[in-house]
Amino acid sequence: MDLNYTPEEEAFRQEIRAFLAAAVPPDVREKVRLGRRLTREDMLGWQRILHARGFGAGTWPQRFGGCGWSVVQQHVFEEECAAACAPPQIPFGLRMVAPVLMAFGSPTQQQYHLPRIIAGEDWWCQGYSEPGAGSDLASLRTGAARGGDHYVVNGQKTWNTLGQYADWIFCLVRTSQEGKAQNGISFLLIDMRTTGISVRPIITVEGEHEINDIFFQDVRVPLANLVGEENKGWTYAKFLLNHERTNNAGVGICKRSLAQLKQLAARQQRGGRPLLENVRFRDRIARLEMELMALEITNLRVLSAFARDNRPPGAEVSALKIKGSELIQDLAELKMHALGMDALPYLREALDPQWQAPALLADHYPPEAPPLTGQYFNQRKTSIYAGSNEIQRNIIAKMILGL
Amino acid sequence: MDFRYSDEQLGLQETLQRFIARDYTFEQRRTFMQGAHGYSEAAWQQYAELGLLGLPLPEQYGGLGGSATDVMVVMEQFGRALMLEPYLTCVVLCGGLLRDLASPAQCAQVLPGVCEGKTKLALAAHESRGGYDLAAIATVAQRERSGWVVSGRKHVVLDAPGADLFLVAARTAGSPGDESGISLFLVAKDAAGLVMEPYATQSGSRAADLAFERVTLPAQALIGTAGAALPAIERAVDEACAALCAEALGAAAALNEATLAYLKSRKQFGVPIGMFQALQHRMADMYVAEEQLRSMAIVAAAHAREADAAVRTRTVAAAKAYVGGAARFIGQQAVQLHGGMGVVDEHIVSHYFKRLSMIEMSFGDSDHFLARFSDSLLAASS
Repeated sequence: MDLNYTPEEEAFRQEIRAFLAAAVPPDVREKVRLGRRLTREDMLGWQRILHARGFGAGTWPQRFGGCGWSVVQQHVFEEECAAACAPPQIPFGLRMVAPVLMAFGSPTQQQYHLPRIIAGEDWWCQGYSEPGAGSDLASLRTGAARGGDHYVVNGQKTWNTLGQYADWIFCLVRTSQEGKAQNGISFLLIDMRTTGISVRPIITVEGEHEINDIFFQDVRVPLANLVGEENKGWTYAKFLLNHERTNNAGVGICKRSLAQLKQLAARQQRGGRPLLENVRFRDRIARLEMELMALEITNLRVLSAFARDNRPPGAEVSALKIKGSELIQDLAELKMHALGMDALPYLREALDPQWQAPALLADHYPPEAPPLTGQYFNQRKTSIYAGSNEIQRNIIAKMILGL
Repeated sequence: MDFRYSDEQLGLQETLQRFIARDYTFEQRRTFMQGAHGYSEAAWQQYAELGLLGLPLPEQYGGLGGSATDVMVVMEQFGRALMLEPYLTCVVLCGGLLRDLASPAQCAQVLPGVCEGKTKLALAAHESRGGYDLAAIATVAQRERSGWVVSGRKHVVLDAPGADLFLVAARTAGSPGDESGISLFLVAKDAAGLVMEPYATQSGSRAADLAFERVTLPAQALIGTAGAALPAIERAVDEACAALCAEALGAAAALNEATLAYLKSRKQFGVPIGMFQALQHRMADMYVAEEQLRSMAIVAAAHAREADAAVRTRTVAAAKAYVGGAARFIGQQAVQLHGGMGVVDEHIVSHYFKRLSMIEMSFGDSDHFLARFSDSLLAASS
């Protein structure tokens, strides 16, 4: 047993750290640090910077243009990115549809889409959930009927993240009513500019536009945009969900969040003393740090087992999803509480990077404050999305425990 | 990075598993508990033959020079089989303390006997007025003529009834709470003026209160430098805490296995109770808790002998507090899911539960270690 990074991995970390110090655009870094709104261009621009350096897709195999990094290297990379306040890499293309295309896509699909994903040319989004199909995803009803050389898609997808920026959407659609619900589902790639697609914003609890309803009315999709075989989409969907959940431990993000919480607690005052000196509050921080220490090792144990056995992620990632989502929520909660009364003002305009606090507010309102309350509300999503934590427990019970 | 046991460690694990299956079943354990000191002397001799008793001790004294992770392998199996023998106190805690603090002559005098299973040690450090604080020592050792005279009381000395020698922490300077002025002495069980009151503990192992009524010791009974023993005692206790994390892992994992088997076999309303989602989700949470507990036990073993005392202390504190909480959760839920079967003596579940409870409270409960870890955050920010 050896918990140390090898000299090569340490050297890799230094290389990444040096790269990030120079490569993250200062204005974007500041937005990430202070939780201000990022634009589409901020995020795609960052992907292009990574790609130019050859870091566009750490875990992709080299034959698809990726780095072919080990899970440990990818973990180090994500940790360093989080610490450097780099913007997130949008996962829908890189981590979700790309692995499906590599495993099940046609050569044409691979050759067209993968280079565009890694280069930050296309923004992808996900069409999974529907108003009547949430946790019971297999009951989805958006239909794709064959008509000549194309499918005609009708229906509605919901809880779609950042589809307002998207060039493409990958969708689960119903292509058959025969047999079990899972058996009639197919996996389609749809150009968002196709006639008949409309995007309607859903404003979430914190007041931001992050998610959407997407409506499909007689949308014509070439048959060539079917991934793998017709009616086998459920298999690909499950494959994708497991890849998605691997990332959900979010250890790097949690570390940055914890560091920010500690800084805040050291600076915020209660009764003339730093909040960190308040034992009740400090103990709550300590408990989260302990949880994170355990999660970091659990995450590495699970990932290294996959790498060693050369198999795709299994049901073990459900434990990572549960713990990672709870931790990011608890950190957001404590950061909000660290603000004390300053958590009550809710200034959406303050998320604008150009915002300046008015004189009286500036006197007491910390620069980190504007996004924290919203993040607390927004992060309630993490235990709901990507398979709610109750679904994760079902998966553990069935797949791991055999109940 | 590699989170697996080495082939050698897996071999050791397998050896222990074979031993347990043959010589340490739950029923056999029940008879061992009735023995003179609440454990099996025969098993102890087998541990000696297997090399376990010298595992973390230096080779020149008959040991194997093993790592904290080697000890983890052993302790995990001790947890699984609820083994009663004083491995933790004698080998890990006292053996480690002598290894780090005693002179070569003292090591040569005591450690070979430990490795061979002829000598058992126990640590007499804590005093109940001081709670878990190792510096809160009121027992005094005064210099007299060519030696020392020890007076005072030690409470809940684990595995004392079976011990041949005690490592006794006594104050040679200062007052209770002072970090300096604490010295360590080697005291034979039959020393004149040493009175022992033995009793059983939660898990069935034994402990005792000790009274030192002007116990006279020769000069060479002092281990290490006078007044400077506390850092070594703290280090040894940290190593023991890491070993307890591994023992908790073994017990918690075995308890989860037993609970899962029960959910699949026990029928109510015409179906196995594991069909009910309320119980499935509880079991899933217990599984997640075990995985996290395992990670923390690994972290604890990796840092148990860390040279930087501050890093070691805060890391082991985090692990012990976390493992204590996770073990309590798994223990309580395993009892709950077993229903009435969880609270009867004849079923192993209640015994795992008691041992986990005792582990959580040994050397400091979860609040104690949470406070220690939490306070380290304050130190780090200033």
